[in-house]
Amino acid sequence: MTATTYRTCPRSGLQFESQAEKLMIANAVAAVVALLVGGLLAIGVVLTRWPAVHWLAADTFYMVLTAHGIDMLIFWIIFFEVAVLYFASSTLLRCRIATPKIAWAGFALMLIGAVMNNLTVFQGGSSVMMTSYVPMMASSWFYLGLILFAVGALVACFVFFGTLVVAKREKTYEGSVPLVTFGAITAAIIAVFTIVSGAIILIPTYLMALGFINEVDPLIYRTIWWAFGHSSQQINVAAHISIWYAVAAIAFGAKPMSERVSRGAFLLYILFLQLASAHHLLADPGISTEWKVVNTSYFMYFAVLASMIHALSIPGAMEVAQRAKGYNKGLFEWLRKAPWGNPAFSGVFISLVGFGFLGGISGVMMGTEQLNLLIHNTIYVPGHFHATVVIGTTLTFMALTYFLIPVLFRREMISPGLAKIQPYLFGFSMYFFCLVMMGAGTLGVSRRHWDMAFSGAALAYEWPGAAYLMMGLVGIGGMAAIVGGGIYIYVTVGSILWGKKLDAGVVSAKFTPVGRAAPTAAAQTYGSAGFVAPGTFVLAMFFLVSFVLYYFINWKYLGQLWGLS
Amino acid sequence: MSAILPPSERLWWKHPLDRLEAVWIVIAFIWCMVMFFMMVFWHVYGKQNLATETYKTTPEKFTVATQAMVDKYTVRTETDQDIPVVHPPEGSDIYLIGRLWNWWPILELEKNKSYKLHLTSLDYNHGFSLQPTNINIQVVPGYEHVIKVTPNESGTFSIICNEFCGINHHTMVGRLYVK
Repeated sequence: MTATTYRTCPRSGLQFESQAEKLMIANAVAAVVALLVGGLLAIGVVLTRWPAVHWLAADTFYMVLTAHGIDMLIFWIIFFEVAVLYFASSTLLRCRIATPKIAWAGFALMLIGAVMNNLTVFQGGSSVMMTSYVPMMASSWFYLGLILFAVGALVACFVFFGTLVVAKREKTYEGSVPLVTFGAITAAIIAVFTIVSGAIILIPTYLMALGFINEVDPLIYRTIWWAFGHSSQQINVAAHISIWYAVAAIAFGAKPMSERVSRGAFLLYILFLQLASAHHLLADPGISTEWKVVNTSYFMYFAVLASMIHALSIPGAMEVAQRAKGYNKGLFEWLRKAPWGNPAFSGVFISLVGFGFLGGISGVMMGTEQLNLLIHNTIYVPGHFHATVVIGTTLTFMALTYFLIPVLFRREMISPGLAKIQPYLFGFSMYFFCLVMMGAGTLGVSRRHWDMAFSGAALAYEWPGAAYLMMGLVGIGGMAAIVGGGIYIYVTVGSILWGKKLDAGVVSAKFTPVGRAAPTAAAQTYGSAGFVAPGTFVLAMFFLVSFVLYYFINWKYLGQLWGLS
Repeated sequence: MSAILPPSERLWWKHPLDRLEAVWIVIAFIWCMVMFFMMVFWHVYGKQNLATETYKTTPEKFTVATQAMVDKYTVRTETDQDIPVVHPPEGSDIYLIGRLWNWWPILELEKNKSYKLHLTSLDYNHGFSLQPTNINIQVVPGYEHVIKVTPNESGTFSIICNEFCGINHHTMVGRLYVK
């Protein structure tokens, strides 16, 4: 066994192994740098799509948009997820990390790949968007950068799996792994599928860019690329839902309502979540209706079922914990008395609500085979995925960072007042941004489009005034969100650089094994109508009603269109 | 702090279901089934289902077919680029080319009559976005997608490209008339 040390954090009681801790810090820092670059690029995207400003020239706009997508959706999120994987294995199971040298090699590959890809995009000539649909080709370095990054991420996944084996063999924990680790395992399994799909299609495309292969079929490219492109967002879902459970535990001492239900829901993700890459192919030629219907619905919506279960279980667990503390009045006292001033909690809660209402409902609507005709490639699509990836994943990672600054980075947070308002500013401006983007998309406005006035077109189209209004509001909401993101970067980077150093805690050469959670107290006496969390149930029913209404409104809209068969 | 600790019970999977979760799971499951069968239902009773009839094609082959239609049914030309306006008979095969950076030719259809629209791209991916109706279809090079369309309103429509296709993507707008 490699010699290493274990530090017990005096603020959280968590135990960090020194190698794992350094890896987590490196990956988290790389993630925040990617977020900073992606955030600066977002200014260019937003100010160009705001029709009254229309800032960048067309070529710069498409270059900036390509880099923004890749930096945010791939580099920021996956670097952070690697840190989360190491946390969920080494820290939660209190064991050493497996093969730290290989883990560092994986990190180096990811870093080299990310820098290579970004530099290539900024040289111009590779403005092919994140999707890089063939036969539109980027420079070969573009693909090589992505491939190196993906290999590095794959290495990280296997280090994570190896760490689970180490923990099991060295008996660092009792019984089954914690729920959060279970969710991280889900994310890592999905990640392996995702990265392998990416390799299957990006390697031939790389060879084509080098001239060794003549053609990659455009439809096959789309089909397999989306098994990478969409699934990478499913890693996020599994990862950020695990963090929601973790924050519920940390902020409230909440216990999952039922380990069986929550783990069963994660299992449904492993089985069905990947099928959703079909969402991007619903308006494509050459793919059969049966394939579309089965895949787009995650085989009869079993992954949606899983998400709806988490959506009830997490706030439900918080409610139960709050009621046990005596916040038992009426339906919502537990929620009113929640720690709204703690950014780790407020961030997670704003994320959870926005992910469900804005991201979840819109995602199921647009993922319905026929309804997809209404919004395919419109700006509704980025409206949806900013609700899932930014409100869902990014805001959750931001919330977790506020917890990690004193615990992992051992620094006192600078400007706690700014940190307190940041989740509200960022979260609510993103809510607004997503809503108006979806509004513009419902009117038909295209995504990835430099000029909605079609300057220079022989047969221009005139969008209705409402579409211009919506896109103007997209600009305003987007800028507000960028300010919110800027505050996050300022607080995080500032705390790490200038925050007061905090006590590291006891360092020991040996791990302390982690015991089981305390058993649940006997029969609970709070709640009403036999429901332990009636407030959550009311919220869930409100969610369901919104979902049903919005779903059928879109069918009605579809029914008015031209006949297509 | 138990979601981050190993479960308290060794046999956690035998823990009985809470009533709250059980009720919600049943409701959510029913809703999932409604959504799934809604898609199937619409294929039987709905009028808007995207056809899947597709053929492999080449730019040459598709251009020849389109040119034949243009030669036969052109009624006039428009703009200083003399884009032909084609008025094909009801029920016929009609062709629309997507290429850098236009849709060609201009089709003139009749309300409540059906046509077999053949769509392809000669170069990159393009997006067929019919406005203001808001029907959006992916156009993939090498694949000829055949869709039966029945316009239910008359007027002048625009076909906007909504898949990024290069620097002049924003100028790729076509037209379609329904009489």
